[in-house]
Amino acid sequence: MSGRVLVGVKRVIDYAVKIRVKPDNTGVVTDGVKHSMNPFCEIAVEEAVKLKEKKLIKEVVAVSCGPQQSQETIRTALAMGADRGIHVDVSGKDYENLGPLQVSKILAALAKQEDAQLILLGKQAIDDDCNQTGQMTAALLDWPQGTFASEVSLEGDKINLVREIDGGLEHIKINTPAVITADLRLNTPRYATLPNIMKAKKKKIVTVKPADLGVDVTSRLEVLKVEEPPQRQAGRV
Amino acid sequence: FITPLALVLSDTHLKSVEMERFADEADVVIVGGGPAGLAAAIRLKQLANKHEKELRVCLVEKAPQIGAHTLSGACLEPSALTELIPDWKERGAPLNTPVTEDVFSILTEKYRIPVPILPGLPMQNHGNYIVRMGNLVRWLGEQAEELGVELYPGYAAAEVLFHEDGSVKGIATNDVGIAKDGSPKDIFERGMELHAKVTLFGEGCHGHLAKQLYNKFNLRENCEPQTYAIGLKELWMIDEKKWRPGRVEHSVGWPLDRNTYGGSFLYHLNEGEPLVALGFVVGLDYTNPYLSPFREFQRWKHHPFVAPTLEGGQRIAYGARALNEGGCQSIPKLTFPGGLLIGCSPGFMNVPKIKGTHTAMKSGMLAAEAIFPKLTAETLDSETAGLHVPEYAENLKNSWVWKELYAVRNIRPSFHNYFGLYGGMIYTGIFYWIFRGKEPWTLKHCGTDANQLKPAKECTPIEYPKPDGKISFDLLSSVALSGTNHEGDQPPHLTLKDDSIPVARNLGIYDGPEQRFCPAGVYEYVPLDTGNGMRLQINAQNCVHCKTCDIKDPSQNINWVVPEGGGGPAYNGM
Repeated sequence: MSGRVLVGVKRVIDYAVKIRVKPDNTGVVTDGVKHSMNPFCEIAVEEAVKLKEKKLIKEVVAVSCGPQQSQETIRTALAMGADRGIHVDVSGKDYENLGPLQVSKILAALAKQEDAQLILLGKQAIDDDCNQTGQMTAALLDWPQGTFASEVSLEGDKINLVREIDGGLEHIKINTPAVITADLRLNTPRYATLPNIMKAKKKKIVTVKPADLGVDVTSRLEVLKVEEPPQRQAGRV
Repeated sequence: FITPLALVLSDTHLKSVEMERFADEADVVIVGGGPAGLAAAIRLKQLANKHEKELRVCLVEKAPQIGAHTLSGACLEPSALTELIPDWKERGAPLNTPVTEDVFSILTEKYRIPVPILPGLPMQNHGNYIVRMGNLVRWLGEQAEELGVELYPGYAAAEVLFHEDGSVKGIATNDVGIAKDGSPKDIFERGMELHAKVTLFGEGCHGHLAKQLYNKFNLRENCEPQTYAIGLKELWMIDEKKWRPGRVEHSVGWPLDRNTYGGSFLYHLNEGEPLVALGFVVGLDYTNPYLSPFREFQRWKHHPFVAPTLEGGQRIAYGARALNEGGCQSIPKLTFPGGLLIGCSPGFMNVPKIKGTHTAMKSGMLAAEAIFPKLTAETLDSETAGLHVPEYAENLKNSWVWKELYAVRNIRPSFHNYFGLYGGMIYTGIFYWIFRGKEPWTLKHCGTDANQLKPAKECTPIEYPKPDGKISFDLLSSVALSGTNHEGDQPPHLTLKDDSIPVARNLGIYDGPEQRFCPAGVYEYVPLDTGNGMRLQINAQNCVHCKTCDIKDPSQNINWVVPEGGGGPAYNGM
């Protein structure tokens, strides 16, 4: 067992910012807008770092797919305790069309390349709300998946997981290697403090391209139009 | 008044909390990533590279990214920028809109009196650029990083550190992970200490660390109190047919009365889309506690000269910030052992020109140039004492910054006469336009802004129109557009020295002016649950870090301290 955990982190528009649709309706305005790490990815990083602190795993590798600025998101993960980072460089039109299927293929390829024992992801991203990447990655790797995790404990080569589902809490046991996606109550992420950000500058981030991993990022989906939600109409009693 | 750390120390969780702070050393630490701080950082590194010396320059900034807390009109005079980075155009500085049209008006409720802008009047804008200051600051940040400055956005300087001899040793960032009640959460982490040979404080208008430094080093004993204004701003995407790129409009008069200083600006940017920056400034020496700068701004937009530009348009951003108006009468002592004050913090704004960025940047550059030879001198011994660099203040007095501020020193105070605005304009016309500020006297301000409010019973409430939702808007939807947010579970950063004063004094005598002057709806007087009486509710999460409350509170009871770094507005090119 390599004891290596891959954590996916996504750079998204900060949750407190008011989103604005581009005048040409092709997407939302991102230029200059405040971005931060997807809150569920923060929880995933925290869980990975906790496992390392408990000495249950040996290394945490943070991965992000996106343009140059995604490196800032990886740096935050490094400041929280990840050991090294992999930046999968996707920019321009490819980045605008990047979705869960391509990201899952990238993560699956990286998992094989890095001999990962565990993949920790957020349950969904707050910009697209897809909630698909974890599940697709597990399917591509033919690994078990524990999604919406609110409790994770390692028991030998198995994982005990509590899942938050509509009906209540589901307790399952899965084999490793596995994919886990983090839900809100899994933990409270630590702050990336300034001394850790300074130390993180010395940790390595390697940049690769999807083609290096044998992944084609062409999208099978075409965005036709992005619109503001309709104005709320007054109710009638 | 209890600091969050003091509350932590008194908590029983103390045993499990690691109290030692991690410390690191730099040559220079700069507090604040605005035009002054970044200009100083860039100048330091330019000098270091030129003389082949190693210099570690660290800059801390409370905004989550450089530029996110920057808010300004703005018409930039590029003089200081050209001195700092002569090839700014080739390097892609976002100065894309030269001023092409300059219009000044006196507004009445229905009409507009055009005022010719004669050459030589301070508000003439030939040669200047309309800029989105947040974007310029972001670009300055990139230039600084390229030169090797270590930028740390998202980290707020919360405490000044001192050597045993009382000189400044550096700063410490705030402790994070403290709950609302002051107890440490599981994720509690102590802040970090950054030690430096010399620390530059560039916190912008009314900085909170500067406040402490004024007291500690008696920096204000020979100058007048600073006077301020609040500036509110919006960005609008307008109908293309109304768009006149490069057009600058300023007005005074309606909706303010002749004894309340203030006016409006409206600038047509030229960056490929019909974007307009507009806003309203109100002097904080206003006397009527019923005045609401926000609502004056919203009703000004309905003026027949203004509304047509906005009709059919969409508001995309909102924000507010205090600005200083004291001019050279209010500039404090600028240096003290271990530190210097730069930018709008001591306050170099040229009020009639409505420009302070060029002087702020120049002050940063002068600070860097004064510090550099002392930093690299062989005889330096900084282990136990911070560097004192009084040369900075002397150089500033001999520079164009001082000449410029001296010439306009009497314009703002000349407003304090029976004829108010009109008396001020006449004074400006005679003494500035003709005599260029050479008159041998220097007018005084009339004291601190906080002392200017009259009791509510001596004043008439103002009837403001309801917002129409198309041109004017309510406060809460405006605050939402600032993108402001703070981690909810932290002690409120708007602290009260005495909890009983708001209801007894602010509400009792002045009818709670903070409900009206806060541009973010932080202060609300709500009925007590028991039904008899009111209490002050502080919605700290809404704060946009404008500092107006700290300035205008008639009881001077509100003390703004810095919240956890990364919180506050998320302005984009404001």
